Amino acid sequence: MTPDLLDEGERRIARRREKVLRGRTESGGRQAGFARRVTVGDVDVTHGRILYLEGVSVSFDGFKAIDKLSLDIAPGELRCVIGPNGAGKTTMMDIITGKTRPDEGTVFFGSTIDLLRYSEPEIAQMGIGRKFQKPTVFEQLTVFENLELALKTGKGVKQSMFFRLDSGQGDQLAQVLHTIHLAPDMSRLAGALSHGQKQWLEIGMLLMQDPKLLLLDEPVAGMTDEETARTAQLFLELKGKHSLMVVEHDMSFIKSISEIVTVLSEGSVLAQGTLEQVQNDERVIEVYLGR
Amino acid sequence: MMKRDLDPGAIRPMLALPQAPSVLSRAGWSAFVVALLAVCALAPLLNLLVPQGSVFHMSDYAVALTGKIMCYAICALAMDLIWGYTGILSLGHGLFFALGGYAMGMYLMRQIGRDGNYKSDLPDFMVFLDWKALPWHWAFSDSFAATLFLIVAVPGLVAFVFGFFAFRSRIKGVYFSIITQAMTFAAMLLFFRNETGFGGNNGFTDFKRILGVPIATPSMRMLLFVITGVSLLGFFLFGRWLVASKFGRVLQAIRDAESRVMFSGYNPIGYKLTIWTLSAMMCGVAGALYVPQVGIINPSEMSPANSIAIAIWAAVGGRATLSGPIIGAFIVNGAKSWLTVAAPEFWLYFLGALFIGVTLFLPHGVVGLVKQLRGRLK
Repeated sequence: MTPDLLDEGERRIARRREKVLRGRTESGGRQAGFARRVTVGDVDVTHGRILYLEGVSVSFDGFKAIDKLSLDIAPGELRCVIGPNGAGKTTMMDIITGKTRPDEGTVFFGSTIDLLRYSEPEIAQMGIGRKFQKPTVFEQLTVFENLELALKTGKGVKQSMFFRLDSGQGDQLAQVLHTIHLAPDMSRLAGALSHGQKQWLEIGMLLMQDPKLLLLDEPVAGMTDEETARTAQLFLELKGKHSLMVVEHDMSFIKSISEIVTVLSEGSVLAQGTLEQVQNDERVIEVYLGR
Repeated sequence: MMKRDLDPGAIRPMLALPQAPSVLSRAGWSAFVVALLAVCALAPLLNLLVPQGSVFHMSDYAVALTGKIMCYAICALAMDLIWGYTGILSLGHGLFFALGGYAMGMYLMRQIGRDGNYKSDLPDFMVFLDWKALPWHWAFSDSFAATLFLIVAVPGLVAFVFGFFAFRSRIKGVYFSIITQAMTFAAMLLFFRNETGFGGNNGFTDFKRILGVPIATPSMRMLLFVITGVSLLGFFLFGRWLVASKFGRVLQAIRDAESRVMFSGYNPIGYKLTIWTLSAMMCGVAGALYVPQVGIINPSEMSPANSIAIAIWAAVGGRATLSGPIIGAFIVNGAKSWLTVAAPEFWLYFLGALFIGVTLFLPHGVVGLVKQLRGRLK
């Protein structure tokens, strides 16, 4: 052991320590060499990705709705997805939530859960919530009952028969009712709400599920300007705690919430970047304005 | 902003969350007790103790008719759970009714013993067909306990297997209705055949006794009447409990937006299968109570028209109300027994007109009409 070698070794250890501290190791921040416990059904985001689609294709009667789509989302990210009609935005959400099976490709939730192996209810229970393009609420039930059904709790037949709302769940319900500004309407039938209120109710139902990833298909369609602004504010609050994927056509709304925007066209990613970047992208301009 | 000033402890006192719905309201419980007393005390009193000439006497005919209609009302109640609340229209519930009836009928046939026309241990129709021994599926028919089990188990099992495949394949709406209709029709053709061992087109009749007691005596008829009434009220209470629970609200959610139910983490198959099977079992019990009172069961009970009739009773009374279908069963069958005597040729026209009228003018049935009128008076 020469002094040179000893010095060299010390420097190497210091470099590695620094890397670990800055979270710049090849293993994405976790300390290399330490084992992690992986629990079945738990979302593993140590690799920095909560949703991961690669090479996904699906065709309906020969029409390629999704064509080798690859896309990934970080935990806590708010991702906006735009694209012309028929670009495959809704189909992509169908695939993630288990409604449609792709012809090829992989879809992972975290780094361990292969979503293609699960059904819609199972995927929902794992923590992926979805809002539909057309607001879908239970019209013959009250606002309160709608939220109660969405509550994160046992979803089996027997559990539902003997279900009683405990006070913690009641608090959560009251909180969501406030957040979505429907507390005064909680005993009204959901079918009697305005279009914008139904959108909010559906968002509220997602919040009750406490999902890790929210897929929101045109959440502000049919809302007034004020409601839209409130929705933007809500999404910004959710960011960080939840991961969100928002599909919208309303550009001013996108502008108010977006970090990274993904542009879909003909079933695959056309461009990705900040709103400004994609708006100045030649190909994006062509798809939206040209032809 | 609005989230930041949300301290759960601070909000709770301001916001009174609605109470979980109760099984019955105060007025509902009163009506329930009155109905229970009428069935268990008043009817036996008026029929057995009040002399025949008196105005207050309840005739044997009235007892038989009411008993029969109460069986139908159980079917209408079962139909309401699956159609009114879950939105699945079954046009095959007559099959479950008949299966329960046949299970009871087999027991009653064995109770005849050697008193049949041929003085044999075997039921008459088997002697007629020159059979020497009971077929395998009659094995437990001499045991009353086994019969009670089969009354719910057979319709339940048939419904479970049928429902499992239908719901798993996501068969919905009118397609499901058509398949159930086909199912009951196929079963009817099967039961019409002599070699199936269910008495062919004559079915079972000429019952003599039940549990060794003669079946045609007034007190026995009254006992069956009371059991039927108590069953109906019991099923009604059970139904109320089901729909007041979260289970019932999930059923309504499935009816209104099944995809949202799935994306909320519920698997609708389990829910549909549970209510479908329960509904079939209720019909089985109704059939088993019906057979000893009416004295006959044959494959015509499985005819598609009978199953459609059950849906009509539920629609006339008012879907998704539970009390409505019971009222509907009484209105339609009461009108039937009166009209088929008063003007037999008009009965089917009346039924058709009633169905069109209800569909056009009373989408929520009689109960809905009453609610509407009451709302206007307020």
